[in-house]
Amino acid sequence: MGARTLLDKLWDAHLVKAPTAATPGILYVDLHLIHEVTSPQAFAELRARGLEVRCPERTLATLDHSTPTTPFDDLGQPVYASEEAAAQVAELERNCAQFGIRLNGWSSDHRGIVHVIGPELGATQPGMTIVCGDSHTSTHGAFGALAFGIGTTEVGHVLATQCLLQQKPKSLAIEVSGELPANCSAKDLVLHIIGQIGVNGGTGYVIEYRGAAIRALSMEERMTVCNMSIEAGARAGLIAPDQTTFDYLRGRPYAPHGTDWDQAVAHWSAFASDPDASFDRIVHVDATRVRPTVTYGTHPGMVVALDANVPAPVSLQERRALDYMRVEAGKPLAGTAVDVVFVGSCTNSRLSDLRAAADVLRGRTLAARVRMLVVPGSLVIKREAEQEGLDQVFRAAGAEWREPGCSMCIAMNGDLAQPGQLVVSTSNRNFEGRQGPGARTVLASPAVAAASAVAGCITDPQSLLQEQAA
Amino acid sequence: MKPLTRIRSRTAVLAHENIDTDRIIPARFLTTTQRAGLGRFAFNDWRYTADGKPDPAFELNQPAARGCEILVAGRNFGCGSSREHAPWALLDYGIRVVLSSEIADIFRNNALKNGLLAVVLEGAEHRYLLAHPGIELAIDVAQQTIELPDGGRFSFTLDAFAKHCLLAGVDQLGFLLAQNDAIDIFERRRGVAA
Repeated sequence: MGARTLLDKLWDAHLVKAPTAATPGILYVDLHLIHEVTSPQAFAELRARGLEVRCPERTLATLDHSTPTTPFDDLGQPVYASEEAAAQVAELERNCAQFGIRLNGWSSDHRGIVHVIGPELGATQPGMTIVCGDSHTSTHGAFGALAFGIGTTEVGHVLATQCLLQQKPKSLAIEVSGELPANCSAKDLVLHIIGQIGVNGGTGYVIEYRGAAIRALSMEERMTVCNMSIEAGARAGLIAPDQTTFDYLRGRPYAPHGTDWDQAVAHWSAFASDPDASFDRIVHVDATRVRPTVTYGTHPGMVVALDANVPAPVSLQERRALDYMRVEAGKPLAGTAVDVVFVGSCTNSRLSDLRAAADVLRGRTLAARVRMLVVPGSLVIKREAEQEGLDQVFRAAGAEWREPGCSMCIAMNGDLAQPGQLVVSTSNRNFEGRQGPGARTVLASPAVAAASAVAGCITDPQSLLQEQAA
Repeated sequence: MKPLTRIRSRTAVLAHENIDTDRIIPARFLTTTQRAGLGRFAFNDWRYTADGKPDPAFELNQPAARGCEILVAGRNFGCGSSREHAPWALLDYGIRVVLSSEIADIFRNNALKNGLLAVVLEGAEHRYLLAHPGIELAIDVAQQTIELPDGGRFSFTLDAFAKHCLLAGVDQLGFLLAQNDAIDIFERRRGVAA
């Protein structure tokens, strides 16, 4: 066999049947993550056909999208935004009980956002295929797993057969050279990359992120990068596993233990692109040029560095986006008034993200008028943050410290912004109305989000620090 | 799934680029556990003004767009969330075909699995259709052709298996279930190794 990419190796290792002229390939799925929003119709299909779940042990469920992040009521029960949301969660509970699927439900110590708990439990491992009815499944690619979002019909396929019908995607290498500046995070890097290749630059491809700047990232940072692959149109992002990956996984509940661990590491280490493997396309990114970056428009490819001016619109759509955002071309976005700040989502709700936000907020308070929600990605993260006293930092600053969930990233659980409000958000999508009808979203890193909450306008954390020194 | 063999309809045009699936159906309508009846939420926040009345400025609310089964959309249609509620909502609304110069991977996959034909056209053909809303097209799935009123003809590519399923009106799960032996063999071959 010739030189192969990481994608080739993952694909080959899971091919039950190769594609033919008449039929797609049949790809085996190692781990199927499910949640309440995109699974009910799939279970209904199984029932209608009298089918069982083929591998309940390869299926892992959580509650995250429709679930409230507000405190429990006096009886210790969650307070749902609607009866429909409560019914949807109850349906998942019923489905998991009937089909023997592990559910990290309300009573679980591991409940949280699906893409946060998979890695946290060690269920996400290198060399795997992982799917979920959720486009941010690309997050798990940070471990060198082929992980992508699917629709509900395909959720049904995987439940029934543990397989998917697939055509092999093309490979896109993104070579990130140099060192990321100290004041920049993985979020700034990935926003910069999407700005460079465009919101559709990855359509038809699986991205493999490579190079010195990627190797230097922690696992949490790698997850942030891979998470947003879909915002460039790529169903999956990949980073080859290395010692950083293995160190993260060691000792986690579902990770292999004892002699199995050594075997697993040897097996995982093979999942890297061969040195002379060729990609369908290669893009070079210079990490040293990345600056704190935010979005200014209504898709994640419309990005601008905080020290630069908003570029002139090049199309009617961009003009319309500027109007919607009430942003002026030729002027910096820094200084724009902020109504709401959201720190959370599968992009930026891990402990390091909360620390980055807390480091900016410590000893400071929110600007008058600004509402800030901090929503940890999982119950484990929430407890770890509380042990470090981060919750006290957030509360003292005037922010709301919430229960874990997707919250204001998708705004379907009651956490949402009002029409016209400007939200600086650490989430992944700035589409019109994503965080509430008429709401305007600026995507940013946790540090920029926190600094903006303090200043009451979009702010580079660096300028807060300088202000204090002056 | 309803078979889709030939379709003749006028086009409705939404020229906007990057129409994401949040736009096609906002997330607050995803608390349903059903797949039926989502057409009333299609393009909700575009279609209705804040007081819930149809917005006459929205292209699909204009009289000429009524009953159109073919939607011509700007580049990169269906980007963003993987929600299959997007094709469900479009189908229930009455759209059977989406034409664009680029269609997001997950949306396209979801659409074809539900009998919604999602076709990628080359630039000049796409520009022509964007510039001529309301023209009548005759689409032949078996031939993979789009016939224009002036006799002109575009052809398009379509995955062979998706085409088979569209023409026969069968879903893909039956095919996968019939592969049970191959899946068993694969699992045995890999043994306990993940």
